[in-house]
Amino acid sequence: MDVEILSRIQFAFTIAFHYIYPTFSIGLGLFLVIVQLFWLKTRKPLYHNMARYWTRVFGLTFAIGVASGIVMEFEFGTNWATYSRFVGDVFGSPLAIEGLYAFFLESGFLAILLFGWDKVGPYTHFFATLMVCLGSHFSAVWIVVANSWMQTPTGFHLAQKFKVTEDGVRHPLSANLEQGTFTVQEFKLPDDYILQQADIDSVRAVITDFWAMVFNPSSLDRLTHVTLGCWLAGSFLVISISAFYLLRKRHTEFAKASLKIALVYATIASLLQLWSADSTARGVADNQPVKLAAIEGLVETQTMAPLGIGGLVTWKKDDEGNIIGLNNYTIGMKGMLSLLVSGDFLDPMEGMKTEVKGLEELPSDEFIRERYGEHLTDEEVMKIRPEYWPEVPVVFQTYHIMIMCGMALIGITLLGCAFWKFGYLFSTEKKITRLFLWVLVISVFIPQLANQAGWFTAEMGRQPWVVYEILKTSEGLSKAVKANQVLGSLIGFFLIYSLLFFVFLYTLHNKIKHGPKDDESLNVLPDKWRKLADALPGRATGDK
Amino acid sequence: MDYNTIWFILVGVLFTGYAMLDGFDLGVGGLHLFIKKDEDRRILLNAIGPVWDGNEVWLVTGGGALFAAFPEVYATAFSGFYLPFMFLLFSLIFRACAIEFRSKEPGRLWRGFWDTGFAVGSLLAAFLIGVAMGNITWGIPLDHNHEYVGGFFNLLHPYAVFLGIMVVSLFLMHGNIYLIMKTEGELQQKLRKMVKITIPVYVLCFLIFNFWTIYECPHIEAALYKRPVELGVIFVLALMVVGAIPREIHKGREFRAFLYSCAGMGFLMILFALSVFPNMIFSNPEPQNSLNIYNGSSTDKTLKFMFYIALIGIPIVLTYTACVYYIFRGKVKLTEDSY
Ligand code: HDD
Ligand code: HEM
Ligand code: HEM
Repeated sequence: MDVEILSRIQFAFTIAFHYIYPTFSIGLGLFLVIVQLFWLKTRKPLYHNMARYWTRVFGLTFAIGVASGIVMEFEFGTNWATYSRFVGDVFGSPLAIEGLYAFFLESGFLAILLFGWDKVGPYTHFFATLMVCLGSHFSAVWIVVANSWMQTPTGFHLAQKFKVTEDGVRHPLSANLEQGTFTVQEFKLPDDYILQQADIDSVRAVITDFWAMVFNPSSLDRLTHVTLGCWLAGSFLVISISAFYLLRKRHTEFAKASLKIALVYATIASLLQLWSADSTARGVADNQPVKLAAIEGLVETQTMAPLGIGGLVTWKKDDEGNIIGLNNYTIGMKGMLSLLVSGDFLDPMEGMKTEVKGLEELPSDEFIRERYGEHLTDEEVMKIRPEYWPEVPVVFQTYHIMIMCGMALIGITLLGCAFWKFGYLFSTEKKITRLFLWVLVISVFIPQLANQAGWFTAEMGRQPWVVYEILKTSEGLSKAVKANQVLGSLIGFFLIYSLLFFVFLYTLHNKIKHGPKDDESLNVLPDKWRKLADALPGRATGDK
Repeated sequence: MDYNTIWFILVGVLFTGYAMLDGFDLGVGGLHLFIKKDEDRRILLNAIGPVWDGNEVWLVTGGGALFAAFPEVYATAFSGFYLPFMFLLFSLIFRACAIEFRSKEPGRLWRGFWDTGFAVGSLLAAFLIGVAMGNITWGIPLDHNHEYVGGFFNLLHPYAVFLGIMVVSLFLMHGNIYLIMKTEGELQQKLRKMVKITIPVYVLCFLIFNFWTIYECPHIEAALYKRPVELGVIFVLALMVVGAIPREIHKGREFRAFLYSCAGMGFLMILFALSVFPNMIFSNPEPQNSLNIYNGSSTDKTLKFMFYIALIGIPIVLTYTACVYYIFRGKVKLTEDSY
């Protein structure tokens, strides 16, 4: 295997592993804030127990998130050095800001959140919780901004470096001029310039407008979508563990209260996610039509385009093995994709008339001719086109897995609310309740699956580009790194992460087994907190 | 002063902050196995418990700042030192997880495994950081696109390896002093005995390192001619603070000794900066391919914008970091929230 494929596997593996943990901690972070609010407001020891217990779970996911995050920060340099040189002027800033404004905030106040129970008063502690939650959301903001810029780059231009001699003549950087007779200067390239293989070492992206980079066309949509995905991951972790306690009839009061809060939280997030998903998908339709056609497996350009529900898509190849199209074994809802793309839900008949381009015309003829010359015949254009398609059979599946998960989450949360409303949710003697609670126990995997599938869709769907329609993934590699080195590090990551993953599951399992301490209540409260509880009318705090 | 120079300083400050803060974490890790009693080991872990994560963020932010301000340097250094960096990452991961997991289970095997992971990870991380610094001072072979063209073993030449050892000894001493501040009783006595070894070892390494640099290191002569006064003054200051550490320890003023140890690192980094500036990565043998603060930087616009971002952010960070250290001041007490 070559450096390219190994580096891609390594990046995908390390980021996918990292992404398991921040989703939990972002979602749990917000949950902790809510629980602490309940505690400060009602002053019931129950909520204090909850805050304590869920903080311990939070600490566990956070630690692995940190350990695996450090890898990510440096992997752009180690494996994607050419990419880093090319985009550094634009892309480095959000990463640096993330460190300065998000990671410091998180890790600083984390100390107080985890270890400060007996060192600071309850309000300071609440403030620390809030800051940790804020910090983890900030890290999502900046990293998603950086990634969205790669998907829909704006706010920059390309510039090329030349060696300029005293007479003002520009020579290429590789020209062999005598030392001291030239200066290196950078010149803006025309807007229609297309990056040439030979220029990669002298051309780079240069920022023109920082805020246009931050608010690039996809960042707000994707940020909302990602954040909601994290909230779902966090809330379902709580739901799952609480449902387990209910089934086992342990810590029942604790589990009921946790489940109620988390269920409301998850219901809101899953409904919002549907709305955000719609807008994210429309963004893809506008900005990356190739990706849209790929994830829907759409070959022909059509009106009344169908929305795929599921099935199988495979490559159609000619006798020589060249890709020429797709075999579609899918079922879909006619017209729905057109309708979604138009966003015209008030007038569905009109909406369905919207034309959606298929892979057959994507990328456009002009796009290909610009790159390969005007003289290309139509056949030649058709031959080149599949090189610009992502791995359709895979992204079709990952995308539809995500949608299935989304629908399942909405179903589960709404059903949960109905159970609650009609008094079934906690009647564990009923069979149907027990069944439903078991569904809740395993449902913790659904948001995780959706999150991972979503990222695979987003990232594989933009191939072959690493910076969309500017720099190819294959062009961004480190030249100094050899395939066997990457293979070595990949094996290393695989071994270490597998170990960590099992240790994580094992310790989480133990945490669940030990459970919250039901007597963690007021007797163990530090003096500073005692005031809070003593102030409660009619509530005995229990003397030591 | 132009923005390139400012960013050279800022990146330096971030990495120095990392050395001063995570330095003692790594040092504590290195000493971990020398402390035998389980409860004492827990005290060691909890001495750094609340702060190690924040300390590591200095490295992360330093890396981010390097990427934003000097992308070429970021790309060259990390891809050039690929394997050592991967080992650094592995050790940092192991360390972080060892801290988190070690005390979660009582089993001897379990604790022994993570204790070893913690110690080896910390020592290896310190060593590799030193090796990387050694290579940067000595110079590495770059081509005209600033790509590293040497092999893995080029990176392990004696000077770099020695700098690795020196950094290990420095962090061990630093961690040792920190621990004396955070412990009491018998454990503290034991640590006081240890410091009688760690300090002299470091002082010895420090002296050898300086002679080696002056007599052997390429390019250093040029720097000596160019900035004799600055280098001389800082060198004397560095010697003075290093000399002051044993004195303060002897008088039982650990906090001051700790501050001197931090100052020692600061001066060491300034020496390092003065001897390379304005270069960031020397190319050896072909010096015209070196990366400096101009040919390796982002555009002025980014540097300027990010400067203001840093100007707002750094004071905020320093304020709450100081608050956190203040809240967790004093001797370590094990509670039910401890590691
Ligand atoms: C719990 C998590 C979750 C759930 C239930 C959904 N998604 Fe999602 N989706 C994500 C979590 C996610 C994500 C991990 O957050 C992604 C990856 C990259 C991104 O920006 O968000 C994503 C990406 C993503 C993309 C690609 C964006 C891009 O390429 O830039 C589309 C088109 C959708 N989603 C659409 C949907 C639809 C139609 C859903 C149906 C309900 C849906 N998502 C549910
Ligand atoms: C390539 C992309 C990424 C890089 C370079 C990266 C980098 C890092 C680093 C260095 C840390 C450790 C910080 C510390 O020491 O405290 C970290 C942790 C974290 N990252 Fe990532 N990360 C990436 C992707 C993501 C994504 C996509 C998200 C969320 C949407 C995310 C959210 C977080 C959060 C919340 C933490 C705190 C630790 C935790 O909660 O588990 N990161 N990341
Ligand atoms: C956290 C969730 C993320 C997941 C699960 C994820 C997943 C992936 C996957 C599967 C690939 C391989 C694509 C392929 O080779 O076909 C990839 C590539 C990549 N991603 Fe992401 N990604 C995430 C976040 C990010 C973020 C936040 C950034 C940047 C800030 C980023 C930058 C990259 C880069 C540079 C590559 C390598 C080039 C490429 O193969 O396209 N990713 N990612």
